[in-house]
Amino acid sequence: MSVKDYIRERFFPHMWCPGCGHGVVLNAMIRAVESLGMSKNEIVMVSGIGCSARISGYVDFHSMHTIHGRALAFATGIKMSRPELNVIVPMGDGDALAIGGNHFLHAARRNIEMTAIVMNNRIYGMTGGQFSPLSGYAAAASTAPYGNIDHGFDIAKLSEAAGATFVARTTTYHVHELTRLIRDAILHEGFSVLEVLTQCPTYFGRYNRAGDAPEMMETYKNRTVAVGSEKKHQDPDLIERGVFVKKELPEYCREYEKVIEKNQQKQT
Amino acid sequence: MAKKKLKAHHIERTWCKGCGICVHFCPKQVLALDEHNIAYPAAPEACICCRMCEYRCPDLAIEVECQET
Ligand SMILES: Cc1ncc(C[n+]2csc(CCOP(=O)(O)OP(=O)(O)O)c2C)c(N)n1
Ligand code: SF4
Ligand code: SF4
Ligand code: SF4
Ligand SMILES: [Mg+2]
Repeated sequence: MSVKDYIRERFFPHMWCPGCGHGVVLNAMIRAVESLGMSKNEIVMVSGIGCSARISGYVDFHSMHTIHGRALAFATGIKMSRPELNVIVPMGDGDALAIGGNHFLHAARRNIEMTAIVMNNRIYGMTGGQFSPLSGYAAAASTAPYGNIDHGFDIAKLSEAAGATFVARTTTYHVHELTRLIRDAILHEGFSVLEVLTQCPTYFGRYNRAGDAPEMMETYKNRTVAVGSEKKHQDPDLIERGVFVKKELPEYCREYEKVIEKNQQKQT
Repeated sequence: MAKKKLKAHHIERTWCKGCGICVHFCPKQVLALDEHNIAYPAAPEACICCRMCEYRCPDLAIEVECQET
């Protein structure tokens, strides 16, 4: 199948700004699904609210566009009732970790099999460039014109501490790695988190004089390193990419199935 | 691996938003933006069919058709 077989062409050109990294994530997501040879019918994409969340409208999978911060809660309901489906939950950094932070922690803690993709542009794109819990110290935003005094989360460390059994990070510059990691995250039998650094040239780029889309992607190329690289010791500000956690632990739906089986046997 | 040869770049002109990502990252400077700010292959003979422009386009606006030689 070609890329166009996986999208709802009637909604193109899409609503994202020129050069928005969210489109690169969409592009890689389609290639990942195509390479897995999955049928569109086996996949449900659940999203909340934000520029990032609009991705669920563009893919021709089963899809659900829910409310801000709550995509994982809706996704949990879907997965519990139809565990055979592959559930993918793309979220913005605000969606996942500001308003949705609590859902995020507990979905990770339960190790329910789904793929959480955090499209981290370090800003609230949709509502006009307010800072998010990922903007980080000293970043500028419409609500922090003199520089943010909040510190940012480290999504990978947070996810690991909360119990996610697959945790990875990459960027929109590293498209082959992005496609491969989406694939690996989908295949993982447990809660997987993939953080993707994605450019918002319109707000984050403009407020922080980070340049246009190509320049922001150059920064992803130059300011990130593969996990475990020596370079990180010399320059601790470099951001690591790759897989941080991959482990097997009992998965929530399978455990729930066991509880049902055991107790049905008792009753008969 | 067999060498690939370019057949054509298919650019969806109504989808391209002129962001310049494909132009900037093409390793062979094949692509450019035209007077309407839309991507076009200015030097197709230099294309090595790596398809990085296709993979990085946020608008799914570019497809590189290649043939094995
Ligand atoms: C309950 C609720 N609160 C607030 C909003 C307003 N709102 C819409 S999107 C958004 C944040 C979007 O930022 P992010 O999740 O990072 O996505 P992005 O647009 O950057 O991709 C907010 C605060 C809302 N829609 N619903
Ligand atoms: S505002 Fe930012 S995140 Fe939203 S579509 Fe534009 S570039 Fe993308
Ligand atoms: S990357 Fe895509 S949208 Fe951007 S200029 Fe190239 S073809 Fe157009
Ligand atoms: S396929 Fe590679 S060489 Fe050819 S135009 Fe695209 S990026 Fe340039
Ligand atoms: Mg955001």
